[in-house]
Amino acid sequence: MSRHTLSVLVENKSGVLARVAALFSRRGFNIESLAVGPTENPDLSRMTIVVDADTQPLEQITKQLNKLIEIIKIVELDSAAAVQRELLLVKVRAPMAERTQVLQTAELFRARVVDVNPDTVTLEATGTPDKLQALLAVLAPLGIKEMAQSGTVALGRGPRSMSGAGTLRPVERSA
Amino acid sequence: MTTTPSEHAARTGPGEPDSRDRVSQDRDSQDRDSQDRATREAAASLTGVETTARSIAEAAAEPVTGITGAQSLVRSLEAVGVEVIFGIPGGAILPAYDPLFDSAVRHVLVRHEQGAGHAATGYAQATGKVGVCMATSGPGATNLVTPLADAHMDSVPIVAITGQVPSAAIGTDAFQEADIRGITMPVTKHNFLVTDAAEIPQRIAEAFHLASTGRPGPVLVDIPKDVLQATTDFAWPPRLDLPGYKPTTRPHGKQVREAAALIAGARRPVLYVGGGVLKAAATEELAALAALTGAPVITTLMARGAFPDSHPQNLGMPGMHGNVTAVTALQKSDVIVALGARFDDRVTGNLASFAPHAQVVHADIDPAEIGKNRKADVPIVGDAKETIAQLTEALRAEHEAGRTPDLAAWWTQLDDWRARYPLGYDWPEDGSLSPQYVIERLGAIAGPDAIYAAGVGQHQMWAAQFVKYEKPGTWLNSGGLGTMGYAVPAAMGAKYGRPDTTVWAIDGDGCFQMTNQELATCAMEGIPVKIAVINNGNLGMVRQWQTLFYEGRYSNTRLHARNADGTPKAVRIPDFVLLAEALGCVGLRCESKDDVDAVIEKAMAINDAPVVIDFVVGHDAQVWPMVAAGASNDDILAARDVRPVFGEGQV
Repeated sequence: MSRHTLSVLVENKSGVLARVAALFSRRGFNIESLAVGPTENPDLSRMTIVVDADTQPLEQITKQLNKLIEIIKIVELDSAAAVQRELLLVKVRAPMAERTQVLQTAELFRARVVDVNPDTVTLEATGTPDKLQALLAVLAPLGIKEMAQSGTVALGRGPRSMSGAGTLRPVERSA
Repeated sequence: MTTTPSEHAARTGPGEPDSRDRVSQDRDSQDRDSQDRATREAAASLTGVETTARSIAEAAAEPVTGITGAQSLVRSLEAVGVEVIFGIPGGAILPAYDPLFDSAVRHVLVRHEQGAGHAATGYAQATGKVGVCMATSGPGATNLVTPLADAHMDSVPIVAITGQVPSAAIGTDAFQEADIRGITMPVTKHNFLVTDAAEIPQRIAEAFHLASTGRPGPVLVDIPKDVLQATTDFAWPPRLDLPGYKPTTRPHGKQVREAAALIAGARRPVLYVGGGVLKAAATEELAALAALTGAPVITTLMARGAFPDSHPQNLGMPGMHGNVTAVTALQKSDVIVALGARFDDRVTGNLASFAPHAQVVHADIDPAEIGKNRKADVPIVGDAKETIAQLTEALRAEHEAGRTPDLAAWWTQLDDWRARYPLGYDWPEDGSLSPQYVIERLGAIAGPDAIYAAGVGQHQMWAAQFVKYEKPGTWLNSGGLGTMGYAVPAAMGAKYGRPDTTVWAIDGDGCFQMTNQELATCAMEGIPVKIAVINNGNLGMVRQWQTLFYEGRYSNTRLHARNADGTPKAVRIPDFVLLAEALGCVGLRCESKDDVDAVIEKAMAINDAPVVIDFVVGHDAQVWPMVAAGASNDDILAARDVRPVFGEGQV
């Protein structure tokens, strides 16, 4: 699978998410994950979109995204040159007899306990998608009652940013 | 002729890259200077227009306080240079119609909102200006969806203004509420929901700017009723705030030089010309490039008229119903120079086998078109006018350096194909009138100065094949979406925009029954269009496919009345002559070859009312040549069961 992480600065206006989601849907592009949030600039939001570019070349996906009027800039974040994180909340079955095992696993993965009751423990973990998958694999035999996972958020490493001085280079608009 | 600010902006282009060598487009939000410049230029361009329009626009541009949002809307439309709006009022848009009553902007009251949208499109295609349509909320707005999608596919600059239910009622399933912004997102270049009356001038200016610059397209502005009724202030010109919109209009010099080198070395070049050349008003530049290269020119369905059909280098139309020479020239070419064309599936046929030996120069203002269907060996992003001009200069340098290709062998081959496989048609064996003949005579009598608007189907293809186009803006049709019912309202819009030009709609009887009610509009508003209904009593193109691919099982394609034994009934349903007269038009009929010229001339002589001619033609005529859907262009049939022999060894 050909996964790419796009960091997309968009105008902070109503309907932008709908435009992006509808574009992916109608052009048959595959989204692996999508996360939207505010940025340091109140006029802009950042979407972090992980796309599967198996069926459509990444170039066509970014060009079509760039045509949306409210998209300001798109940068592809190379996993080696970017920090990528997801947030996982997972409620694990943890009766007293097995609780130690759950807590040890949490410690190994640097997950935090955020809720406890006699039957379950809820863990909070952040990391790369691979690390969270590994954590879930270890927890699964213990009994996962419920989980919620965010999309990937990412930032390029180093001093440069997508806006302001020393900006990151946008995705080429033409081949 | 008046000039709208947006037209001006289309020529100058906002946000041109600082350097010619800048390929990537930085959409940095900090660079707002170009937006301001575009606004200033838009305002400045008003100084060049005709006196009345200027005074209207100038008067409208005076700042005022304490007016309604509706008044602000109408002032904005005046200030941006709108001449006419096609529309229908209704509850939510009603506040806007009150100040419109006193405005210098004329409103044409159509009979269906779809007609308003296509009329705006026809007006825009015939004049090069932005077309404007208006509708109320809910069903009024949803009736605009088809023409918006149509304009989106064919890159036509139109602005649609819709009323919306009051802000507080949005989301409550209120009477006549439809989320028209959500509905039209996929079929507009952009759309707005105005939430504050103070934003109205800015949103209108942005809508016209977006519609007319870059790759043109439709823009919708949705305005809730309470926003139209609110009190606000008006100032013009507003500041455009589109930080993410900076179309690349100037081509990259290095790419242009690479393209020129490729063309200079080509042995079998083809200039593949699309609608972008007409949108960019680049026909003179194209003529110069064609003259310099000496290469054959192929004009797509959207580009008929971009290069004169009478010119010996014009091979005609490519594609599913293109002529054999144009289709085969692309297949056998070694260099395709695509100018404002998008390698549509109707042009390429089976993509994998399309032009297998060709290297491709692809010039388009929309970067997303480049490489979308066919890989481009030399991509050029830019406005067609500037790109073609620079390409011509670069090619001249190649020639001066001694690299002049010899195309004699190529032309020998092309001329041989042209001689062996000319466009043609057979007369129906049953003695009925040939539709191709009717269209051919219409083109000959009305001439190359007339405007022709077609519906969609067989008559459209025949009109593209058998009318000879010499000038830009004389051929209007629904190319991308294939919208039946386009012709009558589009002809109405074109005639409004160019009242001194003869405007013919060439329509099918199926298409005509979708939108003929706009003839009432034409009759009442004094818009004397002429309609040639090519009446074969069937959905002809669908019937043709049923003949060819469904063993002649004519499921649901017959429109005329028949007796149980299959013979035609004497009664005509509808009788198009009576229908025309009921709609306030002159109705004529023609059923034989001998009458064709006379009836066309009679219609040409009537200039004080719309005219409809019911040409009753045979139902078995077919459109040829044809590349079957999904087939390779190599498998083109010149006529039914007639496969051309190309002489493989020769190229």
